[in-house]
Amino acid sequence: MHRFANPSRFLKIARPLTGWLFWPGLVLLVAGALCGLLVTPADYLQGDTVRILYIHVPAAWLGMAGWSGIAVAAIVQLVWRHPLAAIAGRAVAAPGALFTAICLATGSIWGRPTWGTWWEWDGRMTSMLVLLFLYLGYIALANASPRDGQGGVSPVTAIFGLVGAINIPIINRSVVWWNSLHQGPSITMRGSSIDGSILWPLGFTLLGFSLWFGAIVLMRMRTILARNKVEARLQRLARG
Amino acid sequence: MKAKHQRLVLALVALAALVGAGLLAASALRDEAAYFYAPADVRAKGVEPGKAIRLGGMVVKGSLKRATDGVTLRFDVTDGKATVPAVFSGIAPDLFKEGSGVVAEGAFDAKGTFVATNLLAKHDERYMPRELEGMKYDEATHQLKVER
Repeated sequence: MHRFANPSRFLKIARPLTGWLFWPGLVLLVAGALCGLLVTPADYLQGDTVRILYIHVPAAWLGMAGWSGIAVAAIVQLVWRHPLAAIAGRAVAAPGALFTAICLATGSIWGRPTWGTWWEWDGRMTSMLVLLFLYLGYIALANASPRDGQGGVSPVTAIFGLVGAINIPIINRSVVWWNSLHQGPSITMRGSSIDGSILWPLGFTLLGFSLWFGAIVLMRMRTILARNKVEARLQRLARG
Repeated sequence: MKAKHQRLVLALVALAALVGAGLLAASALRDEAAYFYAPADVRAKGVEPGKAIRLGGMVVKGSLKRATDGVTLRFDVTDGKATVPAVFSGIAPDLFKEGSGVVAEGAFDAKGTFVATNLLAKHDERYMPRELEGMKYDEATHQLKVER
């Protein structure tokens, strides 16, 4: 693990990996979206409206997976003082917030024709909105607290990331614990209540968006590492 | 014990405490955070007439009647344990129909009928093509018809 604390060793892997995640991700994503729009049948109840699921579900998954990543990075940063973990936390925050916002927006667009409302304060929607606010708070805190000189997030930001992780199981269980307008989970350990003919492009977009998410995180980590290098060089120049 | 191990133990203890606190808070919220009352909750707890609540459940099959004014709907809401009559005047969402989920906003009147001011349709977690449901979608009228 600590072998990768060396940025140049990390970059040696991250540089080619970015492309390997980005391009297959794009292909899967476009294929999944096209199949979801053109190939799959409409839902018996919702008609064509159901197709927004191919964007909404991956966005929700990545919003939650992003914060889980922040929490894991926070533990690695706080316990093992791994510098790349602090950088990873900062790199994950923006795309995580973006996908959470996409999830909320597509959910709202989906809710209007099916439920008859853009927004309701039920458990699922409220806890997802809280996740967006947590991301914004994390980004603000990361930018406001003193940097560690390597572009990572400060320890207090990492602790915030760890504390915020409590929201993830709450989002997951919100439709089970409480009466809610949002329907219960479709895909569980026991199987899927989405018929196979509608389900399969979701696998494409889920994997495609996930690969993309990984590529974005790697690009952002590389940007932070490159900026460190620039700043170090400028400081050397300034000293003469 | 090395400092690293100390930090690991501290982090894990903190995490366990957090999860415990979150679960406690969530379970304490259980009823308060419910988005709607089910008919059985109404019967068990009693909701005084005039108090604004949301009532959620399934629209009983065969109970939906449209009044002659064309906008007033009468239907029964059930959760399998209790059934409550409801009335609504206005435009219902497209997915509102018999045998499907509904969340109604409004209040009970003195006679125990739920007077809804707004209806939301609640669908379940199943998604399937129309063929499987044994239904045919008429593009012209936007109606579902049972084929068999």
